[in-house]
Amino acid sequence: MRPVYMVSGGVSKFAKARPDATFQKMVKESFDYAMKDVPKLKLSMIDGSVASYFSDHFTRQLMAGIMAVDYLGLCPKPNKRIEGGGATGGLCFQAGWEAIASGRMNVCAAFGFETMSHVPTWKGNEFIALASDVNFDYPIGGFYSGYYAMMVNRHMHEFGTTVEQLAMVSVKNHMNAYGNPYAQKRRKLTIADVRNSDMVAYPLTLLDICVMSDGAATCILADEETAFKLTDRPVKITGVGTGTDMMRMADRPHGEVLLAPNEKKSDYRKLKYPGVHSFRAGRSAGLQAYKMAGITDPLKQIDFVELHDAYTSSEIQTYEDLALCKYGEGGKFVEEGYPFMPQIDYGMKLPKKGTLPVNPSGGLIACGHPVGATGLMQAVFAFWQIQGSIKKHYGDGELQLKKADRGLIHSHAGTGTYVTVSIMERGW
Amino acid sequence: MAKKNPAKAPAAPKKVEELMTGTTVFNVPMPADLKALKGMSPIVIKQPYQIDYIHSYGQDSPFFAGLSNGKLLGTKCRKCDYTWANPRLACTHCGRETEWVEIPQSGRVHTFTTCYFGGEEFLKETPFHLVLVEFDGVDTLFLSRLIGPVEPEEIRIGMKVKAKFRRNSQLKPSDVYFVPAE
Ligand SMILES: [Zn+2]
Repeated sequence: MRPVYMVSGGVSKFAKARPDATFQKMVKESFDYAMKDVPKLKLSMIDGSVASYFSDHFTRQLMAGIMAVDYLGLCPKPNKRIEGGGATGGLCFQAGWEAIASGRMNVCAAFGFETMSHVPTWKGNEFIALASDVNFDYPIGGFYSGYYAMMVNRHMHEFGTTVEQLAMVSVKNHMNAYGNPYAQKRRKLTIADVRNSDMVAYPLTLLDICVMSDGAATCILADEETAFKLTDRPVKITGVGTGTDMMRMADRPHGEVLLAPNEKKSDYRKLKYPGVHSFRAGRSAGLQAYKMAGITDPLKQIDFVELHDAYTSSEIQTYEDLALCKYGEGGKFVEEGYPFMPQIDYGMKLPKKGTLPVNPSGGLIACGHPVGATGLMQAVFAFWQIQGSIKKHYGDGELQLKKADRGLIHSHAGTGTYVTVSIMERGW
Repeated sequence: MAKKNPAKAPAAPKKVEELMTGTTVFNVPMPADLKALKGMSPIVIKQPYQIDYIHSYGQDSPFFAGLSNGKLLGTKCRKCDYTWANPRLACTHCGRETEWVEIPQSGRVHTFTTCYFGGEEFLKETPFHLVLVEFDGVDTLFLSRLIGPVEPEEIRIGMKVKAKFRRNSQLKPSDVYFVPAE
């Protein structure tokens, strides 16, 4: 396998609705931005592309991928569509990685989009719930927020996680997004604001849950030789992992924990795993990526994380899957301040603040979640962090981390059905 | 703390819901100068999309026949000694064909939630409770509705529940639901 680098990226501003643009134009906005950021890259140098969008129901256009490809001027070069629920964008990023690593392409454009505004919110929730088993799960009252609420109720029962700890994730991510002009929701909130907003599915409130968006994102990936020709600050992708689990969460086993290098069997004598409180696919993806990148102690060896916080609860569950803390300690991890940004005042006492910032961009909860674009958006935000170019792209450097040499991006589907983890590092 | 059950205490709406109704337009204005077209507002139309599918439950059909006869049918792999509450005709552990077995109609709440919103199809049924039920001798859980309790505070993990069946089967997994058994 050849080393793979990210050389540029672009994001269309995520919005509740973009009636002014079709999906092709949104993709082109993000693609043009990425092209402009590396002026040495010419359209003729791109060998092919991969396209991601999640839902044919939202798009109501089959083969939409090729319509973006022809709009971008990338015909007759290779392209295919990648789809895997909420992890669609993360899978697309890895498909681009595969195209370069295999030697099939020297430069690959990985782009994704979603147009969720085309139906009202509750119809949109119905569409999303079609990504649960339509024979056995959907007809009971298909609603993803309900599924995640059941999972977190079990997490709370098993480990003592509290709703205030969930709310802290929401406060953190909304506050981080305050410095990110690409974000859809930039708000300064308190724990009380989160708890007092409308109850959606007990115990998750409106502010524990991400929103639907229209948006697109593009990542340009290249082999080593081309990468250094194009930019003096390429970011190397040093690890990729992809995990899966049973579609019906009711079918998940109650067995033994998949141990991370920094864990022992004796840490989990009584825990039945993954049950519905943990995501085995996330743990599996993390372990694969860590092995490839040579990471044995993720809390110490990673500088920041952009993870799939579709729910505040799933952010806490994911700290544990990624072995940033042990299973059961996710609530404490946020309460003590580990995932908060060092330079931001959150109005809370956070003794461990800034240890390992999670979702410096604001995550899905604040940036929005146009599904096919989301995992690629995370890659772009991580790329800018590692390059040290946040100020250039956000117009304000407040969210730039001092040390951002190695980042982790995490994309997540279903009730933890497909999960991707990729490690990105300073390549120069 | 959970907010008051919105069905019991309806609050005045905080915002106007977007409607999918409107006026049919047969013509729109057009500027004389084509250069002005790029400043034009987007045209947004309504596109209905409705389909009836002929959907087969295939090898899982006996489960639905079971529901309409007041039985919960799961499957079991004899080799792995593993029983699924929702049927799976191939064992996920060893790949062998499984056998149909009847599973208990009494179990415990493994976890739960109360949905105050939902997908459009179920919005009119809110609020409702979802539960994952665990059974003795069965290795997986079972997603269902819990009928009876009003507030989520009345539901407890570990609470005993028992199955009830709709008299008129809809041939859907919602033909069975659970009620408290304590
Ligand atoms: Zn078996």
